[in-house]
Amino acid sequence: MLNLLVAVCLTYVVFLFVVAFAADRAARRGRGAWLRSPLIYTLSLSIYCTAWTFYGAVGFAARSGLEYLTIYLGPTLVMIGWWWTLRKMVRIGRSQRITSIADMISSRYGKSNTLAVCVTLLAVIGTTPYIALQLQSVTLSFAAFSSEDRLTGAGNLQLTALYVALGLTAFTILFGTRNLDANERHHGVVIAIALEAVVKLFALLAVGIYVVWGLGDGLTHMIERIDASKLAEFEVSGSRWVGLTMLSAAAFLCLPRMFQVLVVENQDEGHLRTAAWAFPLYVMLISLFVVPIAVAGLDLLPSGANPDLFVLNLPLMAGQEGLAILSFLGGFSSATSMVIVTAIAMSTMVSNHIVMPIWLKVTGGTAVMSGDMRNVALLARRMSIGGVILLGYLYFRLSGAGTALAAIGLVSFAGVAQFLPALMGGLFWRGATRLGAMAGLGVGFALWLYTLFLPSFGAGVILPVDVMENGFLGLSWLRPQALFGADGMDPLVHAVMWSILLNTAAFCAVSIITFPKPVERLQGAQFVNVFEHSRTAGSWSGGLAQSEDLLIMAQRIMGSDEAQTLFAQAARAQGLSGYLPEPSPDFLEALERKLSGSVGAATAHAMISQIVGRATVSVEDLLAVADETAQIMEYSNQLEAKSAEQARTARQLREANEKMTQLSVQKDGFLSQVSHELRTPMTSIRAFSEILRDHDGLRPGDQQKYATIIHDESLRLTRLLDDLLDLSVLENGQVELNVQHGTLAETLDRAVAAAGGAPGPLRITRDRAAENVALRTDVHRLAQVFINLIANARKYCDAADPALEIRVVLQGRDVIVDFVDNGSGIALADHALIFEKFSRLGETKAGGAGLGLAICREIIQRLGGSISYLPGQGGAAFRVQLPHAM
Amino acid sequence: MSDPDIPRPIFVGRRTYRRRRMADAAALLPVLGTLLLLMPLLWAGGQDGARTSDVMIYLFCVWGGLGVLSGVVSRYLRPEPSEDSPEVSPADATLVLRAAEHDGVTGPE
Repeated sequence: MLNLLVAVCLTYVVFLFVVAFAADRAARRGRGAWLRSPLIYTLSLSIYCTAWTFYGAVGFAARSGLEYLTIYLGPTLVMIGWWWTLRKMVRIGRSQRITSIADMISSRYGKSNTLAVCVTLLAVIGTTPYIALQLQSVTLSFAAFSSEDRLTGAGNLQLTALYVALGLTAFTILFGTRNLDANERHHGVVIAIALEAVVKLFALLAVGIYVVWGLGDGLTHMIERIDASKLAEFEVSGSRWVGLTMLSAAAFLCLPRMFQVLVVENQDEGHLRTAAWAFPLYVMLISLFVVPIAVAGLDLLPSGANPDLFVLNLPLMAGQEGLAILSFLGGFSSATSMVIVTAIAMSTMVSNHIVMPIWLKVTGGTAVMSGDMRNVALLARRMSIGGVILLGYLYFRLSGAGTALAAIGLVSFAGVAQFLPALMGGLFWRGATRLGAMAGLGVGFALWLYTLFLPSFGAGVILPVDVMENGFLGLSWLRPQALFGADGMDPLVHAVMWSILLNTAAFCAVSIITFPKPVERLQGAQFVNVFEHSRTAGSWSGGLAQSEDLLIMAQRIMGSDEAQTLFAQAARAQGLSGYLPEPSPDFLEALERKLSGSVGAATAHAMISQIVGRATVSVEDLLAVADETAQIMEYSNQLEAKSAEQARTARQLREANEKMTQLSVQKDGFLSQVSHELRTPMTSIRAFSEILRDHDGLRPGDQQKYATIIHDESLRLTRLLDDLLDLSVLENGQVELNVQHGTLAETLDRAVAAAGGAPGPLRITRDRAAENVALRTDVHRLAQVFINLIANARKYCDAADPALEIRVVLQGRDVIVDFVDNGSGIALADHALIFEKFSRLGETKAGGAGLGLAICREIIQRLGGSISYLPGQGGAAFRVQLPHAM
Repeated sequence: MSDPDIPRPIFVGRRTYRRRRMADAAALLPVLGTLLLLMPLLWAGGQDGARTSDVMIYLFCVWGGLGVLSGVVSRYLRPEPSEDSPEVSPADATLVLRAAEHDGVTGPE
């Protein structure tokens, strides 16, 4: 039986891997629009129902009747009230590119990393028991299948928990860290979770239907049985009913995993409209058969049986092994999906707010360094996933699988619910400050630890018996379960009441007496009035020289391709060519947003301010905060936007005009250059031919010498005329291309051989594997371009040990060939000039008419590609981009 | 909001009106839900208590009803770019500009 179970379980896991993999692939190929459907979103919300729901709800019901419903009624109220809170959270999450609940809170309170670290640590403490709970439930359910101790579930299968933990870590790392940008959806994970949501609902309904119609005689009979059982009376204390509903509603908003699926993975605000009715119905169906199962379990199973395992033991007892295995898979699904999403959410928080800032500080703290930061960030995230799951496993081992499932779950809920005042205050109250949030969180958590978490281990384990009975330092009003004389209350309600109450009080009081920093006030206005103006305030201001540093930094976080695309797009939007946009406030904001999707708002803010300097809060920004009439601001913003656009158009016109003037100057220069270039050889040819003509008595040696000079000069003349002709033919589009098949490697080989003749110790590094690209183009012309670029590096690279690296990258249908040398590069001001005719930078120590790059550009354009100067590579770098086939 | 310079429509089209009332309904729904879910506590406090089976049937009916109601309300809340929405529409902006021109603030007559 156990072997069969293991086999089914493994098959199921393999199936999940395959589904996740297929979904990821479909999404990456742009297929699978259904992956973004509101239904999938709703199903992914069902990770609210963990193994605690699957097994624990029945146990809860068997112990205290209908009270278990409060755990699902709270989220139902939140969901049908989406217009109040969730809509706002999702809108803010999308407009600020929020990556986690810690990021949300830190972002709201002035992008403070201290606050993010607090929230992260508290979330780790709050969720670790919950992960342990999931591992425990899987272990218990395995134990239920092994023959001995099957009804109490006390079998010793610790190894199971270890295997499950390892498998979950592997899955999460594989599908949860595909991309660094946490805002990008993890399609594989989401689809696996949606599938698991269906499995657990199906399994629980199947067991319920079997219990009502298979073991019993239908609904009326079931109701009679309920009336006859010990659960017949509805004995729920009012305080627990209200308290637990509020607690579960709060936890629904604050649990890191719920925040992850509700806000971070949300792709479309409109999905909330579907979830608003579908999610309540889902949890309703999940809890529909809980009481019947509990009553049947109490009736039919021996009195010592663990009520948390009724869902498994009822089918097992009746010999329905198929149903039992289905039920096991339901529980397994609930546990695994919760651990996966929690691990993703927690790892984002831990790596963005703790590991990365420390790493940046340790490695010198500057954002402009060599090395790819992306790998560090991804590694940090992967390690954090392992760490989070490991912590859960350790807690499970140390706590000893004893406590009832429901108890651990509620302790966890109460822990994360402490985020609520800071979160809601941040969304609705502009006066909330960072210090207020920290004070509230601190007070709330201290109380939670003292009144609920530590006592939950039992008197005498962590808190001494003396403290439990007589209070801290013998002060009776400090008894953990009867604080301030609140004697005789239910311990959970007592703890939740005091912690949330004093948390809120501290939050409000400190917020009122402290004064927020400008960034806090701006962010506050952004969050509270997110529906009125969705622009971020807080403008950066920087100079053009910093663009290159920014590019270098962005390359390290986003990867060079994506960063270059982003910068090139921004430059084009500003009407500039090349890769370096002006660091306008708009661009810097967009860049900060983009980066914060990868490393969190606080880190992104810090990194940009390292390069650009402090963010300046302009008078207009402050006005936006001070001025209550957001409507007026909208109008003036629109007018401003228009005038900014006009300014941009004017700048483009000015640029065009400048270029025209330059061209005209260049034309004059071109003519004088051509006449000069033609005249010099002409003069010497004329002079020496006159000598040959007029002097009879020349010695044969001299004759020979003069004739050679004439010959050399006329060769130079021919070459110049050839180049000019070549250029004019290319420019007029009359060139005939000789399109052939060839490979890039051959073409480069030929170019290196041809350009290699000249003296000079230039080292050329190539990547032969990447160069094996088939081309269909004019390979001779292409080789001509490569020869030119290599020869240029040879001529102009001024490093002591000159080296040229040729990199080849495939991008869609294009081949990109970069020529990067290690010299001092080309000054920013000259970037636009080098492709012009007769442009030779500085002194012409190396001969050449300055036509080479102009010809290169024309050729590459004829071949359907482009050539550009690539800044930020540590030397002169040229990028040739051309299509595989013409 | 109270600035006289900015024309904020007092009367809006039928569809926008309906949508706004539905937004009100969406905001009130959790209040209704809370009240309905507290009802069983009244029964439990009564003379002879309440039976679990009755409360269970009541709660699941309320639950399903709330789900359906929420679905109906949400259907109306589809975001639509309506002409007389409170957001700034191009038409409004031109109106403002024209009014401003009329007052001689911008541009020659």
